[in-house]
Amino acid sequence: MNSGDTAWVLISSALVLLMTPGLAFFYGGMVRRKNVLSVLMQCFIIMCVLSIQWVLIGYSLSFHPGNGFWGGLKWMGLNGVGLEPYADYAGTIPHQAFMAFQMMFAIITPALIIGAFAERMKFSAFLIFTLLWATFVYDPLCHWVWGMGGWLRNLGALDFAGGTVVHINAGIAALVTAIVLGKRANLDKNIPTPHNMPFVVLGTGLLWFGWFGFNAGSALAANGLAVNAFVVTNTAAAAAGLSWALIEWMRNGKPTIFGVCSGAVAGLVAITPAAGYVNVVSALIIGFLVSMICFIAVTVIKPLFGYDDSLDAFGVHCVGGMWGALATGLFASKLVNPAGSDGLFFGNPKQFLVQLAAVLVTVAYTSVVTFIIYKLVDVFVGVRVDEKTEAMGLDLTQHRERAYTVLE
Amino acid sequence: MKLVIAIIQPYKLEEVKEELYKVDVNLITVSEVLGHGRQKGVTEVYRGSKETGNLLRKVRLEIAVNDNFLEPTIKAIVKGAKTGETGDGKIFVLDLKECIRIRTEEQGSQAIG
Amino acid sequence: MINQADTLFVLLSAAFVMLMTPGLAFFYGGMVRRKNILSVLMQCFVALCLLSLQWILFGYSLSFAPGSGFWGGLSWFGLNGVGTAPYAGYSATIPHEAFMVFQMMFAVITPALIIGAFAERMKFSAFLVFTLLWATFVYDPLCHWVWGEGGWLRNLGVMDFAGGIVVHTSAGVAALVTTIVIGKRKNLEHTPSPHNLPFVVLGTALLWFGWYGFNAGSALAVNGIAVNAFVVTNTAAAAAGLSWALLEWIRNGKPTVFGIVTGSIAGLATVTPASGFVSPISAIIIGIAASIVCFIAVAVTKPRFGYDDSLDAFGVHGVGGILGTLLTGVLASKVINPAGANGLFYGNPKQLLIQLIGVAVAAGYTFLATFAIYKLVDIFFRMRVSEKDELVGLDLTQHRERAYTILE
Repeated sequence: MNSGDTAWVLISSALVLLMTPGLAFFYGGMVRRKNVLSVLMQCFIIMCVLSIQWVLIGYSLSFHPGNGFWGGLKWMGLNGVGLEPYADYAGTIPHQAFMAFQMMFAIITPALIIGAFAERMKFSAFLIFTLLWATFVYDPLCHWVWGMGGWLRNLGALDFAGGTVVHINAGIAALVTAIVLGKRANLDKNIPTPHNMPFVVLGTGLLWFGWFGFNAGSALAANGLAVNAFVVTNTAAAAAGLSWALIEWMRNGKPTIFGVCSGAVAGLVAITPAAGYVNVVSALIIGFLVSMICFIAVTVIKPLFGYDDSLDAFGVHCVGGMWGALATGLFASKLVNPAGSDGLFFGNPKQFLVQLAAVLVTVAYTSVVTFIIYKLVDVFVGVRVDEKTEAMGLDLTQHRERAYTVLE
Repeated sequence: MKLVIAIIQPYKLEEVKEELYKVDVNLITVSEVLGHGRQKGVTEVYRGSKETGNLLRKVRLEIAVNDNFLEPTIKAIVKGAKTGETGDGKIFVLDLKECIRIRTEEQGSQAIG
Repeated sequence: MINQADTLFVLLSAAFVMLMTPGLAFFYGGMVRRKNILSVLMQCFVALCLLSLQWILFGYSLSFAPGSGFWGGLSWFGLNGVGTAPYAGYSATIPHEAFMVFQMMFAVITPALIIGAFAERMKFSAFLVFTLLWATFVYDPLCHWVWGEGGWLRNLGVMDFAGGIVVHTSAGVAALVTTIVIGKRKNLEHTPSPHNLPFVVLGTALLWFGWYGFNAGSALAVNGIAVNAFVVTNTAAAAAGLSWALLEWIRNGKPTVFGIVTGSIAGLATVTPASGFVSPISAIIIGIAASIVCFIAVAVTKPRFGYDDSLDAFGVHGVGGILGTLLTGVLASKVINPAGANGLFYGNPKQLLIQLIGVAVAAGYTFLATFAIYKLVDIFFRMRVSEKDELVGLDLTQHRERAYTILE
């Protein structure tokens, strides 16, 4: 056991935990003022619900070395998950530290989906949906990609910190829910604008900060690999933020802070699977291109198909995550991480195909299962709030609270 | 007694206030409002998609004046707020039935000044 | 020999310092009028993106490559040769890239500090060009002189633990220059009051938090000096916050939250150069001195000379940085840090003279170079927005965005 590594993973866990409140503000600032609390509430309740789900069954389903498809229930209630290191995941830190670090990923992933159905989902339905989704989508997928014996892992798919498991996964679920849930009312007459842009910026700042734990922490040790992940994470975020602003400047005449924030988050998403495998120059390219790709997804594809992905959970996380996962297959280099493999540009086209397969599997599995879960919940609880409730806002109708006072 | 309600561009508030002080009108109530006239809103850009038709931010002034102050008040508002472009705003003048100063319970034109 | 604890400490400190730029964004953003908050947030975030890239491309090389006494040269261009092996000239126990990324965050926040001087009236395009040039021709050379291997001020024996000269004096003096040449804001009969004081407090809290990374992290190792820096940082901030509030209480009749946060920041800026060399008792003296001197600069000197340093970037950072650098020459003690030198109070008056030379050179160089850069950019881009744009506000005219909605 190594005290430096243990300290690093514990602190990284704390940093990743802070991303969920960060996300709450990132999303909360974008909705209308009558719905900000509902978004904050959804993010916070996820922290509570999934922390418990994870220690009871989630960690076991995801990481117990069961078969190729699921982890099984041997580690239920953290039975057998103690303070001794578990060498197959991390040989130098207590097993529970690894578990806690992974918990934060399990929390933020379902929280990302909130962006798709914001401003119109019933709170009770949201709770059930999230719990089922975490158990039947996140946990299995996590096992496939990261768990001992997971079949995508054995296939050789590279996913350093969660491009497929976290971002594509949540992004696709976002698209499915946005489509089946339908548009918000009166969307064509009155396009909602972000009610508190500074909150969006605050959220972005916290996300960027926490992402250092997300990516550099995924090295699970305080070593050169962690340093590399740290540097490429910052670089990709910076490149993407800047290029989004430039694209806006050229296309719309003005660069916006919303654009810079969106770009930075897209860059962070895209570098996530690649952080442990690529060098700084590749990170620059990945960052610059992700803004272009996500910008098209958000401003061209979304209006074209007309789905109402309210806060662009699909457009930023899934599209950015896909680009990142594929880019890992292009730019990965054994010079950066000998335990990884080379990508297409370093003479190994097979890696690109493996990455593509992992992306397609994720998309297929997630979309089908998310759809089933959605329909199931809809039958029993009803997912969408009624029209009047939506017009009044979720804060008042779901939580009987108001975000701001007017006088005094 | 008249009640003058003026809808003006927010960035003109300082100039209008200056002009009103010059003609000794010191009692104004200001609020931030939304609305649009013929030009139907501005274009704002959110995450790359242009969004038009939003209501515009305006400032609404309410000024109660005695009749002899009406003309100077209107002139001052126009002087401060006019740019000659669309969106400069409007001034409405209403008859004011009564005015009571709460502290002294004075009524009528006494209470306004 | 890489030490894991040191590596994790420096990486973590880098993350902390990164968070200071969003913190600063809110510290400044809350102070401006609501029509300009996004422009301030935008400038801070774009500085984060832009300078992250500038740093890895050539900034780090200019600052830290062992070139001549006056500049670092381009031998580390594009991080060429900056890898995961330690570079003993700066830090023998952590990967060189970790040192690089830690220093990057300093290069990011320094130009962002200047924003406070020209807030509410600078054109965004001009800001971008100015910031890039300033970082390259002012920050990078100065950083090399004071911290780079072979830098001439470093060889002279100037002590600047975490950036009193490099960060605060340089940004503060640049702030003074820009605020004078750009001129006052329109309609300044009554100074606009902060539109959102809670944001200022939030920003201060994030800055105070991040400053532990800034100062303690500058020890570049987990050792006694880091602990001492941590303690004196906190002590000086606390002493300064308290004494500013007392000053206000005596002079204006009421202590304000705006005052206590301004004082804290002044204390943090002032203790920065001294944090590795002075004792906690000295830190109390530094904190109190910081408040008194900065208070005079902000409340007496500024109105007398009539320059419009909108958010007191000079009055707090410049004055604090200069004062702190000089006080280091007075209060430094070899008992605290054997690698440093004794100050005036410990029988070495020469150190004060050296500190004075360091500050004077830095201020003089910054003054001239900033003026030249300003004028150059002004010719090509016109720094100041038009009068109407200024009245309407920069959010709408520079970014076509609004911070808050009023209905819904």
